[in-house]
Amino acid sequence: MNDRSAQARGRTAPAAQDDAVIRISGLNKWYGAYHALRDIDLTVRKGERIVICGPSGSGKSTLVRCINALETHQGGTIDVVGTRLTDDLKDVGRIRTEVGMCFQQFNLFPHLTVLENCTLAPRWTRRQSKRDAEAEAMHFLNKVRIPDQANKYPGQLSGGQQQRVAIARALCMKPRIMLFDEPTSALDPEMIKEVLDTMVELARDGMTMLCVTHEMGFARKVADRVIFMDAGAIVEESDPETFFSAARNARTRQFLSQVLGH
Amino acid sequence: MDFVSTFLNVEVILRVYPMLLKGIGNTVALASATIVGGGVAGVLICLVRLYAPKVFRGLAIAYIDLFRAIPILVLLVIIYYALPFVGIRLNAFMAATLALGLVFSSFTAEVFRAGIQAIPRGQTEAAAALGLSFPVTIWRIVLPQAFRIAIPPHTSNAVAIAKDTSLASVVAMPDLLKQATDAQALTANPSPLIAAAIMYLIVLLPAVRLVSYLEERFRNDGKAA
Repeated sequence: MNDRSAQARGRTAPAAQDDAVIRISGLNKWYGAYHALRDIDLTVRKGERIVICGPSGSGKSTLVRCINALETHQGGTIDVVGTRLTDDLKDVGRIRTEVGMCFQQFNLFPHLTVLENCTLAPRWTRRQSKRDAEAEAMHFLNKVRIPDQANKYPGQLSGGQQQRVAIARALCMKPRIMLFDEPTSALDPEMIKEVLDTMVELARDGMTMLCVTHEMGFARKVADRVIFMDAGAIVEESDPETFFSAARNARTRQFLSQVLGH
Repeated sequence: MDFVSTFLNVEVILRVYPMLLKGIGNTVALASATIVGGGVAGVLICLVRLYAPKVFRGLAIAYIDLFRAIPILVLLVIIYYALPFVGIRLNAFMAATLALGLVFSSFTAEVFRAGIQAIPRGQTEAAAALGLSFPVTIWRIVLPQAFRIAIPPHTSNAVAIAKDTSLASVVAMPDLLKQATDAQALTANPSPLIAAAIMYLIVLLPAVRLVSYLEERFRNDGKAA
């Protein structure tokens, strides 16, 4: 945020002429002395589906969490749908209403019903009436195919159902971008498919998506671009075809042999 | 004199019964004022302790430590007998409510701090990712979940402070114990004290049961509804 050269490069958010919805430039992040993200440049166009993979500790989660300011960054710039991410809470708030997110652990609110989980944010931040918010929530719960669970509590649902509720909850805010941070990593194998199917549908509807995932089948099926990260840097970035058949980087090939090899 | 006419003298008890009734009324009023006032203040102090700028956090910690360390009786005597020297004159009820409330608020703040800190980080992250503001996150996400965790120890503290209302008799507040000792002096018979003890038990035994029930109920499903 304080990087001068980056500020000089792009003082005003240059989202208008092309259809970039996320523009990350020269992003650096440290946890104390640990360099978590190194010189990340990434532009995401409207409707693009991007899969980010890499070994654990490579910074892939940290990268997506920087986009909606769950993590702060120390160098470089992030522009999301025309708003530059600064320390200003107004900018942060505006970006968070445009960006939906799903977490590995779902993070549903356990004391609220499925329906209340979905209507809370629209009612408080979008000032929707209860009736409108509930109607919309039911629409999205239908979309993720669990309208019949609307009045249950998260603890009564399976992991796969909970993650689909989390997707519906995020969609209720009508985000322009969806971030997924290892959405299937905490799920039993038989539940992974139902969540991935929901994500594939979302992709078909034209949602702009950034997915941190090791589901390479999903990457092959829906990704426009696959990004491989290692030690905080993007080391490979290509279309899935090239990525899986002709990765340039040795580290990428090693990683792929590990995740595809079993 | 035989045992019954000394300790369980029905005639004496019936004579002083109105006094004791007034006493239990005052005791319940004092306990209620303490628990409500100190409880609300405690939650607010807890929020300052966790989320305010550093200076205020430090002040909150000092407040909590001070009133958890000081004996209630000492605090009560200072408020009732020392503050008049600086022109602050409180009646017995107000002095007792203030002393008990200060102590109860600091215990409440600690119980709720533990409750809030037990909530997984993902909860506030999810709220942030949805664009919820800080006050909404506290009010709709953090406090309701902290309540569930804090209710058993909080109820236990409430019972303890309700028992400590008997300390107010020292500053001549006509609570149940004071009324009973007055009645004892009046009738030259200790039966009113026994009657008062039984009245305390009638009120507090169900409360103690409630604590056990809540502890049992919230033990396993602190998060489920």
